[in-house]
Amino acid sequence: MSTMTLEDTERRKAWGFVAPALLWTIAFFVVPFLFMAAMSLWSRQSGQIVRAWNLDNYIAFFAKDSLFKGLVNSLEITLIVTVLSVLLAYPLAWIIAERVPKRFQRLALIMAVLPFWTSYVVRSYSWLLVLSKNGVINQTLMTLGLVSEPLEIASNRTATVIGFVHFFVMLLTLTIYANLIQLSPNYRRAAADLGANALQTFWHVILPLTLPGIMTGAFLTFVLCIGDYVTPQILGGNNELVLPQIIMLQLGRRADFPMAAALSIILMLAVTAAYVLCARWLKIERA
Amino acid sequence: MRDTLTKVASYGYAGLIYGFIFLPVAVLVLFSFQDGRLPVPPFNGFSLQWYEAVFADRKLMAALANSFMVAIVSSVIACLLGFLAAYALARYKLPGSALQRGLLIAPMTVSYLIIALGLLTVLNTFGIKLSLWTVGIGHVVINLPLCFAIIFSSMGDHHINIERAARDLGANDFKVMALVTAPMLLPSILAAFFLSVTFSWDEFIIAFLLSRFDVTLPVEIWSLLRSGLNPKTNAIGSLVFLVSVAVLAVLELTLFGRTKKS
Amino acid sequence: MTAPVSVHNASKTFGAFTALNDVSLDIKAGEFIVLLGPSGCGKTTLLSILGGFQSPTKGRVTIGGKDMTSVPPAKRPTTTMFQDYALFPHMKLRDNVGFGLRMRGMAKAERDDKALGFLDLVGLKASADKKPHELSGGQRQRVALARALAVDPDVLLLDEPLGALDLKLRRQMQDELKAIQKRVGTTFVHVTHDQEEAMAIADRIVVMNQGRIEDFGPPADIYMRPRSVFSAGFMGEVNFIPGTVKSADAGSALVETAVGSIALPIKSFTVSAPVAGQTITLCIRPEHFRRAGEAEGPVASLGEATVTGSAFFGTHYRCHLKPSAAPDLTVVAHMPQSAAVADGQIVPLAVNLADIVALPSGGN
Repeated sequence: MSTMTLEDTERRKAWGFVAPALLWTIAFFVVPFLFMAAMSLWSRQSGQIVRAWNLDNYIAFFAKDSLFKGLVNSLEITLIVTVLSVLLAYPLAWIIAERVPKRFQRLALIMAVLPFWTSYVVRSYSWLLVLSKNGVINQTLMTLGLVSEPLEIASNRTATVIGFVHFFVMLLTLTIYANLIQLSPNYRRAAADLGANALQTFWHVILPLTLPGIMTGAFLTFVLCIGDYVTPQILGGNNELVLPQIIMLQLGRRADFPMAAALSIILMLAVTAAYVLCARWLKIERA
Repeated sequence: MRDTLTKVASYGYAGLIYGFIFLPVAVLVLFSFQDGRLPVPPFNGFSLQWYEAVFADRKLMAALANSFMVAIVSSVIACLLGFLAAYALARYKLPGSALQRGLLIAPMTVSYLIIALGLLTVLNTFGIKLSLWTVGIGHVVINLPLCFAIIFSSMGDHHINIERAARDLGANDFKVMALVTAPMLLPSILAAFFLSVTFSWDEFIIAFLLSRFDVTLPVEIWSLLRSGLNPKTNAIGSLVFLVSVAVLAVLELTLFGRTKKS
Repeated sequence: MTAPVSVHNASKTFGAFTALNDVSLDIKAGEFIVLLGPSGCGKTTLLSILGGFQSPTKGRVTIGGKDMTSVPPAKRPTTTMFQDYALFPHMKLRDNVGFGLRMRGMAKAERDDKALGFLDLVGLKASADKKPHELSGGQRQRVALARALAVDPDVLLLDEPLGALDLKLRRQMQDELKAIQKRVGTTFVHVTHDQEEAMAIADRIVVMNQGRIEDFGPPADIYMRPRSVFSAGFMGEVNFIPGTVKSADAGSALVETAVGSIALPIKSFTVSAPVAGQTITLCIRPEHFRRAGEAEGPVASLGEATVTGSAFFGTHYRCHLKPSAAPDLTVVAHMPQSAAVADGQIVPLAVNLADIVALPSGGN
């Protein structure tokens, strides 16, 4: 029998249980990330990766318009998508939570997110069917005689935004509904009791109380949207590339891993900045 | 009067958004039955030829099987590691436990593209060949935080004494976990597992960058897209959708219906 | 089976907080021991140390003569019955009770048989195939008892097992616990903060306060002859009257108090022999007051007192009195049902000398 106390033996066992998950995360997430960060400081010259430490890739990013424009496009599209999605999803979530009878709410919610269950790649593709030159919308408009030439709504930023908004409206409806439903009805009763009308109640009571939930949903939207390659690649055409597309270009045609790594780090910094802004803004709101 | 007006406005708005949400899916499914070469109007008539084409496509069927394998295996590993870590961090006082939790959750906040790229650079450096195994490793990385978070949050303090009682009656840690903790947390473990399966099943970028000869379904569909608008893509897309919805309906009616009652 | 339990100089600290302060205790095999005290007194910590859920910072625990200080719960001859019962919610009662036997590798048929026997012991044989959520609180409590006893422990540890039950059921369960303990002969160590429960079931009571043992003995001793002011107060209502020892010899001591001088026999000093000049506290239970002439044996007279309030309690009147000699003092005394007491009435106060306990003042 050793001199270890019961607590010591317990703690040793606990390390054994948590170790596999920690090691997995370190080996396949932390180490690769550090590798990539290191690689972003190397460069690729005449087909070879040169292990000389410098900031060339980052300098090139700010110098070359084709690269820098990718970040600008990404940020613009992501912001538009986030704002549009919240604005469209909030009323729907509110209607489901407030207007739909209790026993149909679960069904209404399941229906609102049903297209989640199409494959992600297929979901963007199916918007092509709707938006392309000979797609459903254009053919309908032409048959009705509203336009004579097909509208250019696929293969551009509009199509990308529509594809994204479609996905995130579903996601946000779910999160905002979850937020609304857990508010006590007594808040509303209290506000009404004190003389607030429906609009005042919403503006002064319901909205502030659901704001943290909205911000969480919005942040999630931001992260998923800015990092996505599939939707802009299928719907966006070749004119306004976003950062993930440019990263994939470095990997594919040019096999420029260091540049791809540098762009990934920049992408991550953008997400971190968004997080810090969100967190700070929320803190100010609450204070 | 004003009440009816808001009611009409509410349902009108909901109808519009539901229309927006369902439009592409409806078009997708409808034109998977297209009797013709283009999945766009006009609808020429009902045909199952594209479903036949899907089932006859060896590569597509192989990708389907691969996706299934990767999803199941990576989700089992993610759930197992997540459960063990959650058990250790919820039940024992370990130094730096907040840091450990942060580390385990961290991959959730990073884009899949970045995770895939990092893994790719490491695999390239060490000369490890890309395969379904490397895809699986990547999928465990993205699903482990999810499984850990779900299971950790369901480990309430009211379970502590129950586990103590089991230990007191002679169970070792593995027996406590297998016979007491896991059965008690079964709903959340299953939720974590099915969510992981869904994510892995549908994941594209990691599967795309970390696989070579054997690919998963989203990657195979991606290569189908190069042929442009094609009713066969509609057919495989509709198939995945309808099967997912059917599985979801069964789960909703059995598993989650049951947990609600007890 | 059954075994004696010893705790040697056990201390447990959590950072700056001392939960257990140099506690020593010897429990005989087959005893029903109650650890009694207010919340935070260290009784639950002591139980955890006996059960192996915590190890003492200092000191040792032996069970059946073997050192158990760093033996994990599974390897100790103890089982614990938890306050919240801690039944396995997903298992039938049969499987709950048979769990410990299963861990010991007993075959299914045999352990089912044994589990049924223990369910029978607690009167729940007919419910063997039910799950815990189908039971009432009292029934769950019985299952927890059956489960803990099924592995035939030497020592059963009970962590406030009756705390969640209503009063009537609690009284009933106390009787059952006591009867079952007699039948199985296992050493029981039971934690509670309810002194009536302690007196109802214990062979011996351990009164604890602030991590220390204040008193240890059979219920009647603890109640009638407490060894600390805390113990006297915790066991039931008591009047504390400060006093000073004027003189002391081998047989008795003269104590001066605000209500007069009393010659106390040496037996009244439960902690230490009196020393002249020592300040002490006299403890007198309300039911020990006698009206002059009613008392048997040597009596101390405390002079006259005025009734300032009274209430009828069924078995007695509970009266507040103001002694004429010390109007600042309030004394609580029980008067018989037949005594028609009225406010303002003046009554003589007397106490059997044997009923008075004198304790050193000033803490422990």
